[in-house]
Formats: sequence, structure tokens, C-alpha cells
Amino acid sequence: MSSVIVTRGLVKQFGRVRAVDGIDLDVGAGDVYGFLGANGSGKTTTVRMLLGLVLPTRGEVELLGQRMPRAGRRVLPRVGALVEGPAHHRHLSGAANLALLDAAGPGGRRRDRRRRIAEVLDQVGLGGVGRRPVGAYSLGMRQRLGLAGALMRRPELLVLDEPTNGLDPQGIAEVRELLLDLHRGGTTVFLSSHLLAEVEQLCSRVGVLDRGRMVLQDEMTRLTAPTGATVVETPEPGRVRAVLDGRVLAASGERVVVRGADPAEVNALLVGAGVPVTGLALQRPTLEEVVLAAAGTSADRVERA
Amino acid sequence: MIGVELSKMFRRPRTWTTIAVLNALPVLVAVLLRLTDLAPRPGEGPPFLSAVLTNGALFPLAALAIVLPLFLPIAVAVVSGDAVAGEAQAGTLRYLLARPAGRTRLLVAKLVAVLAFVVVTVVVVAAVGFVTGTLLFDAQPVGGTSVSGTSLTQEELAGRTLLAIGYVAVSMLGVAAFGLFFSTLTDSPLAAALGALAVLVTSSLLFTLDAASPVAPYLPTRYWLAFVDLFRDPVLWRDVVRGLALQGVYVGVLLTAAWANFTTKDVTS
Repeated sequence: MSSVIVTRGLVKQFGRVRAVDGIDLDVGAGDVYGFLGANGSGKTTTVRMLLGLVLPTRGEVELLGQRMPRAGRRVLPRVGALVEGPAHHRHLSGAANLALLDAAGPGGRRRDRRRRIAEVLDQVGLGGVGRRPVGAYSLGMRQRLGLAGALMRRPELLVLDEPTNGLDPQGIAEVRELLLDLHRGGTTVFLSSHLLAEVEQLCSRVGVLDRGRMVLQDEMTRLTAPTGATVVETPEPGRVRAVLDGRVLAASGERVVVRGADPAEVNALLVGAGVPVTGLALQRPTLEEVVLAAAGTSADRVERA
Repeated sequence: MIGVELSKMFRRPRTWTTIAVLNALPVLVAVLLRLTDLAPRPGEGPPFLSAVLTNGALFPLAALAIVLPLFLPIAVAVVSGDAVAGEAQAGTLRYLLARPAGRTRLLVAKLVAVLAFVVVTVVVVAAVGFVTGTLLFDAQPVGGTSVSGTSLTQEELAGRTLLAIGYVAVSMLGVAAFGLFFSTLTDSPLAAALGALAVLVTSSLLFTLDAASPVAPYLPTRYWLAFVDLFRDPVLWRDVVRGLALQGVYVGVLLTAAWANFTTKDVTS
């Protein structure tokens, strides 16, 4: 699998503040990559360096196999981006905004521009918006228009920074469907977000940023792999402890965590002893637990440095 | 890219409001002159105004002379200061650069759009001046009178008017270069426009100060009104040529600085 985004030892220093401190990103073709981190952890600065807006202090960026920012003119027309919220000319209509942006750079053919604008507006659910100026749009509509702008040239790579910001729950679900749809069509998606739930539902690969450092980068399936324990739900947690003495790792209310990666075996033991079992599942860490654990350890590292 | 910037400039309501406001002052002056018949004495007040009562065809030049010292530079400073900083403030700059528009191309396109604004504004002021002048005063289609008192044919007058419009445009290009340079330094269009205006105010002030006479020949506003010399007979080229050369130096240096700054700048807006 070829890499779509690669960074090596990426550093950005703003004055005395080191916003990004040695990031090695690796996003493969066909990934839906979730780029997580608290506000101020360096996500946006990294995204801006990917797109050539901010110039790295040290380190290198490769986008679609070519060095940025040098190859920007060749590479960026194949990339769709939404950075830190949408921005448009307020007195012009959505379609006029898209047309101007499309005409402002290479790779946007004039001949089929109107058709492409109509297509992307339909795609993001703004097909009927007409000639209303963007100033009269709601925040959600602007977000959709920003997304439409990113899709104008059928990009191979989408770099999206908080794409569901300002959308209502239905809108968020729509955007998720749209992104999954594009992904099935072969688009690589790089999604920067602080919404763990959004990333958990969408992404196949996750990178976690904490205070400018990458503290975690792995496949989602591996991060949330079973821990080797089984979660038992029972109205009589006390009797579980009696039957499976020494195997109980934790218990809270009607929920007991038992060592053993085979729920069937745990179930057989409990039922054999006459303990009522109302629920049974392999224990998996949530993304939130993974991220909090990873970000926690890095805080110490930064302090020592 | 240039087309995109021109389209943005002239589809913007503010552009036309500015041009309309710029035209209001000369029209007001013309109406007052017409009502009172009190023209400034020759040699006083704005150039050409004293001659307007006898020949309305000179009013375009009077109109330019009225807006040139203050109104036009303010408009150009605002528009050029807005060029890059306005996009930065609105957030559209990052999308333009990620499109990618190319930083050098964008800067050139912005400069061309500001220049187009200057030319359109100057031409509209001259045209409105001509209409006002011929409607309100007796126009003498057969030529006019030069500032030196000799008479000019209609062709001569028209040709010299065109030259004057060009000269004013070049003078304003100097202002635009200041505005554009400051516009690459800040994300605030207001700060960029104020920066350019501060330069012009300083320059105008130093020009009147005897103690500043050693630097006077290098002040950006020094030769602004030299377009009057184009209507002398024969044309007095000295100040016009110096004015063009001076603006050329300012424009060259400032645009180079703007380019050097903008192409190496972190866009964090």
C-alpha cells in the first residue's frame, strides 16, 4: 500500500513555542485516518504544514508521493481541504464562491465547471440553495459549502479539519455517510478532529497528538482489540466472585470484569453454578480510554524534556 | 487568476460605493460653483477650477485635482490594504493558497486588480467631471486654454487629458504598493490601510516643512500634482519624469519587499 501523507520529524517553532515537535505521520492510500488531539495540541498547524500554508521549521512533508511545499502546484489540485472552518465571500452566492475558487488554481477545467458545481452542491445537500448570498447562510450551510469546495475536483485525498463543526445530528450523520461513500470510491480521508465518537465511527487508522508530539499511531482494530477479559452482567455480582475466585478483575454494580478471552467458557462456568447471566461480552477498550491513556503518559515526557 | 481577482474586485458592492463617494465631492463643488459663480481666483484653490466657469470642458481636470490630494489616495489605500489582509481576515486566503493559487501569482493578480480599480476610478472621475462640466457650464468644444495662457486644440487637450489620467494612475500605483506591502504584513485590512495612509500623511506634512527640504525630492507625494505641468505650453516634462521615476522606485522596492515577505510567510489566519 502506497503512502498518501508522510511526514518525517516535522517541527514547527513559533517564536519560543514549539507547536509541532517531531511528528512522523504515515497515512496510506485508502485509509480513513483520524487525527486526534486536544485543542492546541498542534493539529491545525500540522494540517497547515501538509497544505503548504505554514512552512516547517524542520522535517519534511510528502503529499501523494511528492515533497511539499515545493510540489504544491502539482499535488494540491488533487487534494481537497477544509481547514479550520469554512470561509467564503459573503456577498456572493455559494455557486459563485465555488466558481471563483475553482478558477483560482490549476486543475479546474472551465468547460465542465457549472456541471461540477451543481454536482457537489447536490452531494452536500445544497442543490436548491439558488443565488442566495453566503452571508445569509446558516453555520451548517456554510460548513456544507466548504465541504462542496473540497470535493470540486474529485480529489484523491481529502484533508478535513473538524468537518462536522456546526452541523446538527442529522447533518453529522449525512456527512459521515458522504465521507464513507467517497472512501468506498477510493478517496483517502484525513480527518482531524477532537470528537472521539466521530473518529471511532469513521476511521480505520488513528494518530493521537499531545502537545505537539505524536503519542500514538495505529490501526483502529488494533487499538480497540479485545483485552483478554470478559464483561459479565448479572444481578448477583457477589456470586460471580465466589464461583470464579481469583479471576475477577473489577466489579461495579451489576457489571463484573473477568479474566478470560472466551465468553462461552465463562458463561458455562457461571451457568453451571446457577449464577444468572443477563449479558456477556468481550471487553474492548473504547477509543476514549486509549486516547486518554496515551495522552496521559506523554504529559510526563513533555515535563521531563 | 487575474480574472478571478478582477471579478472579486468589481462584483463587490464596496468598490462601487467607494467610486460613487469619490465622485460626490467634485459634483458638489461644481454645483456650488454654478450656484454662486464664485470661482477661486487664478492661482488659488485647486488647479483648473478658476478656468472652469469659462470652459466646462476643463472640469474633468479640476475634478481630478480635487480628489487627488486626499480622497483618491484614501480609497486606494483602503482597497490595496484590503487586498491580502482582507482575504486573511475573512479566512479565504488559506483556501486560495491551498487551492493552490500560488503566492506570487496571487500577489500579481491582487496588484493588477488594485491597478484596475485605480484606472477605473480615475476614468470615472474624469468622465463624471466631463458630464458635470458640460452640463453646468459653458463648454468650449474648440480646444481649451493651457495653464500658460496659450490656446490648445481639442486634440491636444484630449491627448494631454489622457496623459494626465495615466500620470495620476501611476502616482496612485505608489500608494497601492505601500498598501499591498502592509497588507502582506498584517491580517488586519484596517491596519494595512492606516499604515499606507500614515505614510502619505507623513509625506505631505514633511513636504511643507522647510527643515525637511533635503528629503523633499524623495517623498512619495512630492510630484503628485505635476500632472498640471502637462497642460503648460510647451509641456514642462521635468517634474512629470521625476515623478514617474520616483514612483517606479517606490513601486519596485515595495513590491519586492511584499513578495519576499508573502512568499515566505506562515499563513495562520
